[in-house]
Formats: sequence, structure tokens, C-alpha cells
Amino acid sequence: MPRSRAALGLTAQAAEGRFALQRCEECGQVQYPPVDSCRACLSGELLWTPMSGRGELLTHTKLHHSNDPFYRERLPWRLGLLRLEEGPVVVAHLHQECPPPPAPVRVTAKLDKAGRGVLVALPTGDTRDMSTDPRNGEFSCDPRFRKVLVTDGKSRVGQALVHELAEAGAAVIWVGQAEPWKKYDGQEAVGKLPQVTVVPLDLTDERGVMRIGAEIGARVDILINNAEVHRTEGIATRAGAELARREMEVNYLGLLRLAQAFGPAMRSRAADGGASAAAWVNVLSVYALSNYPPHGTYSASKAAALSLSQCLRAEMQDSGIRVMNVFPGPVDEEWNQPMPPPKLAPERLARDIVLGLRDGVEDLYPGDVAREWVERWRDNPKVLERELALEAQ
Amino acid sequence: MTRQDYKGVALVAPVTVPYRRYSTRDAHWWIARALAGLLKDTGLNKDDIEGLGISSFTLAPDTAVGLTQHLGMSLRWLDHVPMGGASGVVCLRRAARAVQSGDAEIVACIAGDTNHVDTFRRTLSTFSRFAQDAVYPYGSGGPNASFAFITDWWMREFGVQREDFGKLCVAQRRNAMDNPYALLRKPLDLDDYLGARMIAEPLRLFDCVMPCAGADAYLVMTAERADALGLESVRLLGAIERHNAFPDDPVQVRGGWEADRDELWEQSGVGPDDMDFFQAYDDYPVITLMQIEELGFCPSGEGAAFVREHEFAYDGDCPLNTCGGQLSMGQAGAAGGFLGLVEAMRQLLRRPLGRQVADATHGAVSGFGMINYDRGLCSAAAVLARP
Ligand SMILES: [Zn+2]
Repeated sequence: MPRSRAALGLTAQAAEGRFALQRCEECGQVQYPPVDSCRACLSGELLWTPMSGRGELLTHTKLHHSNDPFYRERLPWRLGLLRLEEGPVVVAHLHQECPPPPAPVRVTAKLDKAGRGVLVALPTGDTRDMSTDPRNGEFSCDPRFRKVLVTDGKSRVGQALVHELAEAGAAVIWVGQAEPWKKYDGQEAVGKLPQVTVVPLDLTDERGVMRIGAEIGARVDILINNAEVHRTEGIATRAGAELARREMEVNYLGLLRLAQAFGPAMRSRAADGGASAAAWVNVLSVYALSNYPPHGTYSASKAAALSLSQCLRAEMQDSGIRVMNVFPGPVDEEWNQPMPPPKLAPERLARDIVLGLRDGVEDLYPGDVAREWVERWRDNPKVLERELALEAQ
Repeated sequence: MTRQDYKGVALVAPVTVPYRRYSTRDAHWWIARALAGLLKDTGLNKDDIEGLGISSFTLAPDTAVGLTQHLGMSLRWLDHVPMGGASGVVCLRRAARAVQSGDAEIVACIAGDTNHVDTFRRTLSTFSRFAQDAVYPYGSGGPNASFAFITDWWMREFGVQREDFGKLCVAQRRNAMDNPYALLRKPLDLDDYLGARMIAEPLRLFDCVMPCAGADAYLVMTAERADALGLESVRLLGAIERHNAFPDDPVQVRGGWEADRDELWEQSGVGPDDMDFFQAYDDYPVITLMQIEELGFCPSGEGAAFVREHEFAYDGDCPLNTCGGQLSMGQAGAAGGFLGLVEAMRQLLRRPLGRQVADATHGAVSGFGMINYDRGLCSAAAVLARP
């Protein structure tokens, strides 16, 4: 489906969970639908600006007919025409608990199943997400009642994810372990959860990954790939490519193997009603955006994984599987021990990932460090590169 | 500055190529059939046509330019009017000025569209940039959703009832009963209308037009020329158009005619009460009501009362869409924007498709088109008379 470049700006904002519209830098008028020049003064300087989200429902309808097969299976479908506090009148998906017009509503921007940024009107009050309206679950990838695979259940992040997913109501949690015979701290607590099944999963073992994909791939609704190898090396600190190869084998090629083993089955189940296949989560690193020299080879492997996950997202787009990339700063675990704080607690990372799934976002920067990094990177990637080089000295 | 009048402009040879629900032909075929119809009706040769005005949604990748080769025409005046429901009157305005100025002596105005099985969905999803960015992703309901918003608003703001809309639709269907070209000729009563399948609340099936294939056409020339050729004609008394009127109305309550209607009636030298019929653009009944109010048949906000006090079949006191309108004929793409105009010509020439309005000498035609985002942007109207 074609979309204008201006409208993709709305999608880019919604991908990070923001509702922003273009605002004219000359005269201040807020524009909608997205345009190339200000409707009032014709200025070409338009800046994506966060909206208050306050709106008034003017008129509404309930579709009982659609020209698109996706919506045909989900009728009747509620829509509203609403006026935003900032001025524009917008068409929006309407949550079923919104009262009839005239009524105040809360407007948010979400990604729909096709990955398009769209506006969704919610009742005012504390409805955090769309999950109270089963139809509007289309905008969310809530783990509740879903079957989830966590590719590495042994790391601290993996354990935190398993507990958080259980808390969030996941129906089944498959926990991958590269060496299932090895004991580790926390194993008992994870094993006690009734939803948990341990599966042998070593991302460097191509046939093994294919075998597990064939076994459970047709049932996985959400795949969270958190498996990684993380060494703290630059180029000059160690001779040879062996450690870097191990990072690439898991961080980059492991993602490729997983995508080939699980992608097709998940794609084919994305349109199922109810608890359908919904999301693919890659736990990357904010170092994927710009190389952090003390963790130079690790950064490179995460950059490769980011690039590949963009390919995965493009291939998944038509099916409706949300590919969510997570860019944490340093996480408080083994390989980051020499790093000074602040570091992101694994529990906090796990909680943010589950919230991100509920909100249906596409790019997640959990924690203050990650958010600061991405701001600096957006402001000027070249300047950030130089700053990081200085830090490394 | 007053607008120059349309004195001496004549309309000749209303042609409708019988509509079909679906067609495997391209728009080019339908337009060629309409041109052939114009020539057959008048005895003119293709070479006599000096100007061509075209309206079509399904001509892509061609425009009117490409058609000159398809139709084998050498022209000194060419226009492409992609204005949907307003295109009939807008084409007429353009052609009238060409004829008055001598840029072209005879202009053929043609609208034609095909309807393949997937045409409607494709037209919807790529209709406009705003539609593809900000309307189609919302449930893909097409114009039904936009008109449902407008209808819901009118019902709450102005106290219009479903029965009022139904009265208009039922009268139009009665008008269609003897029209062999109408694709929908099954009798329709108010209960059928009220109980029809829900499409987009509050719109039900008989509020919505049915997409189809078809073509409509007419010729524009000077009255002098028409008389010299021995061709029966009708006269253009006045015509207006307006685009993106009233952008600050949060929901569309005015289509645009209000901005120009006083000039229309002044130019025409007659008023709403002098009209023997009204051919309104009837994609949805709320738009018909909008036209009745804005063109001054009744005061603003009193459309519902007006509907309750009048009768709209061909034999009523306020004949409306006398061939059955698009609600009965089908909506043949841009040809839907020509239908009211050729029907008005037929009534004045006493050559109706179906029933004749007795002693009709004056009639109004109105067009409305292009739901670019949340509302129709183009409005137009013309007043025609029997000489
Ligand atoms: Zn401006």
C-alpha cells in the first residue's frame, strides 16, 4: 500500500510510542494529514512535535463492511472523527469504551498490523493500552495468553524476562538453553514456574535451531532473542579473530538462523484471530548505533544484527508480525562489571520489553543511558562517534 | 465584477451508454461508445468535433491526451476534468467558454469509466494522498465511512431522521421503475430502506450507490450553430463551481454551493421556485439534503422539514433525480458526475429514459465530488432551460 514520505513521519514517531504531528516553524499551525508545506503560510519548515493527546469526539461510525480482507474478519469496526486540542480534525480508530459523541477522548499513535502509524482514540481515564478492547488488540502484542520463546533463559536478562512474562500472563514460556546440562544460579526459581518448558537451543548449531523451529515454531506467538556473546575487546587488545567470530556466530548469524527456522511459521500465523503470532523481539544494544571502542567487536556484531533485523522487519511487514528492536545501554551483568554506573537492571529491561510489547512499539530505548545515547546520535552521529573515541582513550 | 453570462450556449445530444455492473472493457471502450453515440445522435462527423472534455477515474496511465490517438481525433481544444461528481457541470463551464470565445465551435464532453472486479478497491486505496495516508488505513471502508461521519453529524445536529433520507431514496427508486437503463429497478419501500443491511452506521445498503461501468456525454455549441444544424438543444442559463469551500467547518455541513448560489440564480434570471425538477448529486442522501439547502430550495437547517412537506417522485411537487439517480442507475465512476446533467437535458428535450416531468421548461443540476480526506471538495451547479 503506497504511503507518502510525510506520512511515514507519523509511523516513525509511532514506532517509538510517540504521538507527534507536523507543526509549522513559521506560524505554529499543526498539520494533519501530513503535508509537505504549511497549509496556512506555505512554509516548508515543519517539525514533528509531540501532541497533548487531548481531543473531542465529533462524530463516529461502526463499519459493517470493508474492502480489505483483514478488516472484513474483524467487523464491526469503530471509527471516529475527532478534533485535537491543537486544531486538526482527524480520523481515528475508536476504542469500544469511548462514549458516543460529543465526548472527550485521549488520542495516541500506534502501529497497526501492517506496520503503518495510525491514530487511536481511547476513553479518557487510565486505560493504559488497548487490551480491554479485544478488537483493538490489533495494535498491541500483549504477551497475555500468548506462547513465548526466550532464546537464552540462563542469563540474568533471560531469567528476568521469564519471570516478567509469567507475571504478564504468558500461557507458555519456552526457555532456550545452549548447554541444558549445566547448572546455574536462579535455575530453580525459573523451573518452578508452571508455564516454563526448557528447550535445548544453541544458536551456533544450525541443525539444532532448525530442529527446535520444526518442533515448536508453529506455536510460538512471540519470540524474544536475547541470546548473545559479549566480550570487552577492541581491535588492538587481542590478536586474532576468534572471539569476534564467536560474537558474530551468536549475535548475527544466530539471528539469521533463528529467522530462517521460525520466521516462516510465525508469518503464516500472524493473521490468526485471538492469540496469534504477534512479535519478534531482538535485544540489541545501543552500541549498535555507533561503535563503543572498549566493546568494539561486540558493537560491530550488534550493528550487523540491527541491519539484519531491518531486513527481517521488511520481510515480516506484510504478515503483521511486529519486529521490535531493543537498544539497552550497559546492562548490569557479568561482562559489564568494569563499567561504572548507571547500569540497567535486568529486571527493569525485562519490564520495559513487556511494556513495549503491550504498547506495540517497534524501537525501544530502555533506561536513561540508552535514551541519552539515542538523542546524541540523532542530534549528530558524527559528533557522537568522536565523543566515544575520546572516551576510549 | 459580475461574471460573464452564458448567453447563446447550447447543449445538444444527451447520450448514456447503458451501464453494466462489471465490465471487462477498459475506460477507453466506454468513452469511444459515448463518442459514437454523440455522432449517431447528431449526424455529425468526428472531424466536426473541435474540442474534447474528458472525465474518468480509470483511464490511467492515459489522460485526455492519449485518447486523441485512441479515438483518432485532431483537436484544437482539449481538457481533462478529474473532478468526479462535479465533472459534468465543470466540463460544461469549460466547454461553454470555449464555444463563446470561438476557441472551439463544437465540444464533446464525455465521462466514462470501467468497473473491473478490483477497480473499486484500487480506486479507493489510491484515490488521493490524504486518503491513502489518513483514511484508507482506517478499516478500508472507503467513502462509506466518511459519509457515515457526515450523516451521523447531520442527524444529531439538525434532527434529520432515517425516514427523511428514506423518503428521498424511495422516491428516486419510483422514478427508476420505467427506466430500462437503471441497474436497480426492484421496488423499494420505506421498510426495505430502514431494514436494509448495515454498511457503516448509520448508513445502510440503500444509502449507498453501487459502483458500475458506464459512460455519459453531451455536446456544447452555440445555439446558432445548433439551430443551423437542425439539432434540438437546451440553453445554459447559469453555472457555478467551488473547490475546498468552508475548510473551517469541523465536519462537512456545507458542500460549497452556498458561497456562489446567489450569483447562480442572478445569472440565470430565475430562482429555485422556477425549477421544474432538480437533479442532485446523490452519492448519499445526506449530500442531496445538503444541496437542497445550499442551493436555496429551503433555508439552512430546515432540510428535514422540507423533505417532510414535499414529494420527490417525477409526478410530485418537487421532482428529484428523475431517472432514479445513481442510487438506481448505479455509479459509473466519473460518469456519475454527468448523469444529472444528461438527465436534465433529456427532461427538457422531452426524451426521458423513464418518466417525463410534465411541461418541464427549467431545471437545476448539481454536482459534488472528490472525498479527498474527510469531505467532498468540489461543488458545482447549473441551471438549464428549454428554449
Ligand atoms: Zn505556517
